[in-house]
Amino acid sequence: MAKKSNARKAVAMSEQAPDTAGRGLAEKARSRVRFEEEALSHANQVYKVARHLAGSKEEAEELMQETYARAFRSWRSYAPGTNMRAWLLRILTNINIDRGRRKQRRPAERSLEEGDYSLYDRLDAAAGGDDSSDDEERLLNRLSQSGIVDALTTLPHDFRDVLVLVDLGEFSYQETAQILSVPIGTVMSRLHRARRLLKQSLASSLEAER
Amino acid sequence: MSESPCTKCERLLQSYLDGELNEIEAREAEVHLDDCGYCRRHYRFERAFREHVRKTLTEEPMSPELKLKLAALRSGAHPADRS
Repeated sequence: MAKKSNARKAVAMSEQAPDTAGRGLAEKARSRVRFEEEALSHANQVYKVARHLAGSKEEAEELMQETYARAFRSWRSYAPGTNMRAWLLRILTNINIDRGRRKQRRPAERSLEEGDYSLYDRLDAAAGGDDSSDDEERLLNRLSQSGIVDALTTLPHDFRDVLVLVDLGEFSYQETAQILSVPIGTVMSRLHRARRLLKQSLASSLEAER
Repeated sequence: MSESPCTKCERLLQSYLDGELNEIEAREAEVHLDDCGYCRRHYRFERAFREHVRKTLTEEPMSPELKLKLAALRSGAHPADRS
């Protein structure tokens, strides 16, 4: 009797197994499609960051394709419910680093000593303002799009990464630290220096125009 | 101007603008901004500057060609690759 019962169970299992396996495969395929759709829904925002991490539009497009190809291959390593945009940008910044951009030299420390406040004064003076003026718009109108793009492009990559992630990607210091795999203190100090360098560069270009 | 006694406030105001201060620190920054015209002027400029940079740098959208290329990378676009 026991033998008959075991045999019945075995038959039942052999009939159910392919079904269960089929359902598992179908669920996996659906999860993958959902993952890919969600990843693509972040593409515009990821591109916004990629465009300014890479030196040119062409480079940014290559970076995007490489990032999405890698993301779609490693879809299982994404933990559902976590920040997918940050996950994608972690892949993107790693690829960008792998592309050998770390070779760029660091700026001389001397050039970083100038404080933000004195840079504001330099910018203000270069834009033709005086100490009593508080018209930000007048100053900002002097900063052309190409001037800002050029100033950003000349930033060392380590600095540009944090500036773009925080100011354009709108990531917190903590998220940026996770994306770049660096301590939060490093994010803060690079960000501080990046903003100084950006303003220094803009002030110099305005002064050169005068 | 560069000798301002408020130079030490630069980092505090940067973090304040980035929304990275806790409630107590943010309150301290606000009290300081209320009291100090020099910092207030720089804070206003810094806020406007960031907004200007953000607007200037985000005008270029992703091309439709790139969108198509990314969509073509999906597993569904390559039925053989369904592992």
